[in-house]
Amino acid sequence: MLFNNLDQLYRSVIMDHYKKPRNRGELNGNHCVTVKMNNPSCGDKIQVSLEIENHKVKDVKYLGSGCAISQSSASMMTEAIKGLDVDQIHQLTFDFSEMVQGHEHNDDLDLGDAEALHGVSQYPARIKCATLAWKAVEKALRTADQDLNHE
Amino acid sequence: MDIQTIRKDFPILNQQVNGHQLVYLDNAATSQKPTSVIQTMVDYYERYNSNVHRGVHTLGTLATDRYEEAREKIRRFIHAKSDKEIIYTTGTTQSLNLIAYGYGLARLGKGDEIVISPMEHHANLIPWQQVAQKTGAVLRYFPMEEDGTLALEKVRETISNKTKIVSVTEVSNVLGTVNPVKEIAKIAHECGAIMVVDGAQSTPHMAVDVQALDADFFVFSGHKMLGPTGIGILYGKQELLEAMEPIETGGEMIDEVGFQSATWAELPWKLEAGTPHIAGAIGLGAAIDYLQQIGMDQIQSYEESLTNTAYELLSQIDGVTLYGPGKRSGLVSFNINGVHPHDVSTALDSEGIAVRAGHHCAQPLMSCLKCESTVRASFYFYNSEDEIEALAKGIKETKEFFGHVV
Repeated sequence: MLFNNLDQLYRSVIMDHYKKPRNRGELNGNHCVTVKMNNPSCGDKIQVSLEIENHKVKDVKYLGSGCAISQSSASMMTEAIKGLDVDQIHQLTFDFSEMVQGHEHNDDLDLGDAEALHGVSQYPARIKCATLAWKAVEKALRTADQDLNHE
Repeated sequence: MDIQTIRKDFPILNQQVNGHQLVYLDNAATSQKPTSVIQTMVDYYERYNSNVHRGVHTLGTLATDRYEEAREKIRRFIHAKSDKEIIYTTGTTQSLNLIAYGYGLARLGKGDEIVISPMEHHANLIPWQQVAQKTGAVLRYFPMEEDGTLALEKVRETISNKTKIVSVTEVSNVLGTVNPVKEIAKIAHECGAIMVVDGAQSTPHMAVDVQALDADFFVFSGHKMLGPTGIGILYGKQELLEAMEPIETGGEMIDEVGFQSATWAELPWKLEAGTPHIAGAIGLGAAIDYLQQIGMDQIQSYEESLTNTAYELLSQIDGVTLYGPGKRSGLVSFNINGVHPHDVSTALDSEGIAVRAGHHCAQPLMSCLKCESTVRASFYFYNSEDEIEALAKGIKETKEFFGHVV
């Protein structure tokens, strides 16, 4: 059989997010922060906007271009973090990163569809694709911490 | 050329990757090494490892002789006039930086122009951006045709008396375009500019004659032509190298050193500060022996037939876009519509086929092609027709796989 392990990576839920991305767009407003991140080795691009109020991410949107792994991961990330408290998001991005690296990870928090990306751990060259959007969220939270707290 | 015999000289090719026979098609990134090159480097470390141009002991003399013999082999290989014109560097990138900073920086000023092509690798682009920013010179680009070639009449229109440096790749690492560098050099010289040729993708695949090209500088890397990484060449016409100030100073490159000042050694050592990559230089010499034993003309014509097969097979697959001209050096850049190059590369890798996916260190070119990245399969003389067929089959299967998993 051809590509006998490939469908462990490209699961149908991943391809669904790739072809029908959720929460695409940009947020502008008082409590919003937008950051961009690139993966310079491959050219994948991501932009993440967060609306943060009372230490909670009320809304999240992303724009970007890249492979099925990086873009589906971004789409899944937006669903996973929307409505969560900032501290929970830090925990979730950490858990996600551990999962895609094949490390033991805490599963108290719900990664939702993003759980399907655990197969990436078998493809070390693709881990950076999966983590790009999640690193962008961390960057957005740091930026928000600096900007919004000093307004 | 007997490919099956040649392949036995490359031990790495005989292995399984992800349960399949390895099909290595990433030669434009780096080539594999024959046993003769590996063994030559092992011999150096096992039998006569010593520093060069220093001790008078036996091993030191042997190392120095072999290191300088390799320089002479390289000189003959590219048909330079003198060994003084062959400078060892770490690779094409360092060679181009040496030209930009060691030659360009002191000679460029406001209003001067540097002209390059839109298909340059970042190594032949960013050093010129930097030097332009520091000197007030203007960085200009030749216009590129739809098929990824340069038209000489437009080259002529772009170069003027303001042009001081023209720097162009002989072969595009993305499109495979073979640029008319000899003709461009002639135009550059008529306007009083110097001509730099990036030979990273041409030197491994075709005969090079720097005097016939009339290149003022010509640069390439060892690792793309069977040699080790970390060794490359800066060729320059002797009078230009004489005029260059060394940008790296220290051991090995001096004539006499006082408390407050120093004078430089003669060429080529003036531009080679510090202990060089001795094993690398000797290994590159062995690589050239291997290439010459096959013959660069044979290599070029064999690769041309491989590339034609690849181009034909891939252009027959619906939904595959090919980039670059029909006539090209040994590589094919393509995209499968609707599938990202990284996903294509992962799928092919799972079948043992190694290709490169990405922007290939040529982001401005990607914007000209109106895509963000491509898949690139690049060939060398040890690749077989069977491997090209495996690639075409892999692409068809990849297309089907991503067509179905929704």
